Amino acid sequence: MISKTWETLLVVKLLWIIPAIPMLAAGVLALTPRGYRRMAASLAIGSMVLAFLFSCLAFYATMIPLPYSEAWRQSYNVPWFDIGHETVRVGWVLDPLSALMLAMVTFVGTCIFVFSTGYMAEDENFTRFFGFLTLFAGAMLGLIISNSLLLLFICWELVGLASYLLIGFWFHKPSAAAAAKKAFMTTRIGDLGLLIGMVWLYSETGTLLFYDGGFGCLETKALIGLVTPAISGGTLAVTGIALLIFCGAIGKSGQFPLHVWLPDAMEGPTPVSALIHAATMVAAGVFLVGRMLPLMGADMILFSGSSPTLYIVAMVGSFTALFAALIAVAQTDIKRILAYSTVSQLGYMMMAIGVGGYPAAIFHLLTHAFFKALLFLGSGSVIHGCHHEQDIRRMGGIAGSMKITFATYAVGMMALSGVPFFFSGFWSKEAILHAALTWTPSMLPFIFGLCGAFLTAFYMTRMMGYVFFGNYRGDSCHAPHESPATMTVPLVILAVFAVLLGFAGTSFWPWCQSYLTAQRVRFGWEEFLHAWPLTGGSIAMVAAGIGLGWKLYISRPVGGADAPDILETMHPKIYNCLKNKFFVDEFYAATWVRWCGAFASVSDWMERFVWGGMMRGAAFFTACLALLNSETDERVVNGSFDGGCKVLKASSGKLSLFQNGKAQRYLCVIGAAFALLLLALEMGVKL
Amino acid sequence: MIQPLHACLILSSLLFCIGLAGVLARHNTILMLIGVELMLNAANVNFIAFWRYGAWAGQSAGVMFAIFSIAVAAAEIAVGLALVILIFRHVRTTSIDRVDGMKG
Repeated sequence: MISKTWETLLVVKLLWIIPAIPMLAAGVLALTPRGYRRMAASLAIGSMVLAFLFSCLAFYATMIPLPYSEAWRQSYNVPWFDIGHETVRVGWVLDPLSALMLAMVTFVGTCIFVFSTGYMAEDENFTRFFGFLTLFAGAMLGLIISNSLLLLFICWELVGLASYLLIGFWFHKPSAAAAAKKAFMTTRIGDLGLLIGMVWLYSETGTLLFYDGGFGCLETKALIGLVTPAISGGTLAVTGIALLIFCGAIGKSGQFPLHVWLPDAMEGPTPVSALIHAATMVAAGVFLVGRMLPLMGADMILFSGSSPTLYIVAMVGSFTALFAALIAVAQTDIKRILAYSTVSQLGYMMMAIGVGGYPAAIFHLLTHAFFKALLFLGSGSVIHGCHHEQDIRRMGGIAGSMKITFATYAVGMMALSGVPFFFSGFWSKEAILHAALTWTPSMLPFIFGLCGAFLTAFYMTRMMGYVFFGNYRGDSCHAPHESPATMTVPLVILAVFAVLLGFAGTSFWPWCQSYLTAQRVRFGWEEFLHAWPLTGGSIAMVAAGIGLGWKLYISRPVGGADAPDILETMHPKIYNCLKNKFFVDEFYAATWVRWCGAFASVSDWMERFVWGGMMRGAAFFTACLALLNSETDERVVNGSFDGGCKVLKASSGKLSLFQNGKAQRYLCVIGAAFALLLLALEMGVKL
Repeated sequence: MIQPLHACLILSSLLFCIGLAGVLARHNTILMLIGVELMLNAANVNFIAFWRYGAWAGQSAGVMFAIFSIAVAAAEIAVGLALVILIFRHVRTTSIDRVDGMKG
């Protein structure tokens, strides 16, 4: 056991290599000319595979100290720079959380990269696309391993930048450019909170390192230091910091008030949607809350066991879970449905963290990454096969012509809906609902979660009915076709994992949950049997959702491309409200965006007339001074110098006549001088 | 009646001036060298004149001076002609106007 420790330490020390590989590839790809498509794709995929292998090594290294010595979390810090007397240090940390995330991101990333070679095959900016993808993956990996909130924030912003570049990849489409801008600005609102929280945390604890041999900001000493002034009647710094950091997570993970960017981010190419919504960007928010959990729950001490921060996290999460699921019911764009489903599932994860089910949240994050990547790539395959049609009303009946896509998509759909026992989503959702049920402060998260489960099953079945069943309603001269192997193989691999991964966290063998909390995993049916009523209830919900969906959309095929939705004919008002996403975008446009617009025009006016006038006055004054200066320079300084030079030049021109290099001129001079000398002697000059 | 010494000095002055004029006015290098020779010989005439009409006319010092001077002139003209030949080889002319390499 001891002999293995140094190997673990070495792995921790060299952990930075994992994000460095894709970053390096991104750097090389940025300089690669457009024509080298094959090289770009192989470089990107190769870097991802290499990062995956190293991640597996890191994952293995975390298994060595298990079970369950003290060494289950290793960090390595290096000084970065000095400011005054303070040394800013950054570092990386290897624990079960980061190891699991590393393995997940690199694996799903590799699948998505391979898929992209097929999906983007006809795009002329192929190399640029892969450059951005690798930058994205590298930033995410850096975020995962960082042991410092500062380093995490840097990578966090890099992820935001890469997402901006990728969502706006087809920037010649105005909608894509607008969506990229919207995503960037909306997440920036949350990031502002994160930044302020980070500064506040630094001023309170004096360190941004998470783990630092007992002195990091997530370790007992700093947390006690944070909580103590609050007990003695001071400020509620710890709650404030935690909520500000949660703001960042709200923005990144698309939680309720700031979820608006996420569906619009569908304007990017489909592999990007898969990468953003499955493996990287949105997971970053949940990961951040999971990583900062000791800080998030620190105010528990002050409020006799229930933390207001976690209460807010749970409420925001559960509300988002239900809210987004409701919207997803009435969408008609295949990718938008999945986007709202992502928002909803992220809500589940947040809720799980809030109600104290942190391992369940991370487990759901992992399973969701796989089946959501599968669904997005599957929808990419469908879009590719239907000649870039994204409206599910213009699809239909393509199960026969796209068999592999259909089969894998169905697996993804069942995993997302939580079909019992054989699909990963069932077990992770079950764990979350179980955590919510045992949470004492409120039953709302559990109820919202259960309703969300019903809606999830319903909207996914509706989508399946629209896309794969019935008759083909699209352009009849272009029949849908199956996608190439580069696209179907990643689908199959992801589908296999969408099934298998569930067995790493079942309630009778919760390996993943135990691994995350560094406990010994126990095999036993007690938990499973104990939770049976809950399990039965959620299975009933899922069955009801699927059954209703089946009845409305599959048993009676959808009419035509322009026929109204069945729900619309039943309840036009409710459907309309859901279709318009509860008018949140319109609400923001009418309030916040308009205020910003008004403020901007006031600022514009101020700028033009007040500040601009001052500027112009100052500029005019400066111009006058400059004119004076230039005149002085021209006339006085240059003039005198030029005059001197002119005189010098003229006189030297005359003098140079005596020295024209010809012997006779010299002789003349000598002769004249001689004559003068004689004359002088003759006139009696004394020498 | 003009004294013989004065006559000699006038002759040598004339010779010198003719030589100097030749040196200054001629463009052909060889003719310039001839002018230089004339000026030298004006000096030789002075040597002889001052010796012949001076206090120690019996001794042969003045003749010896003149002979030395002629020998030195011969050596000098050898160097001068060599220079002229080199200049000719260099610029393919004996005109002094084309040779202005002596400016700094």
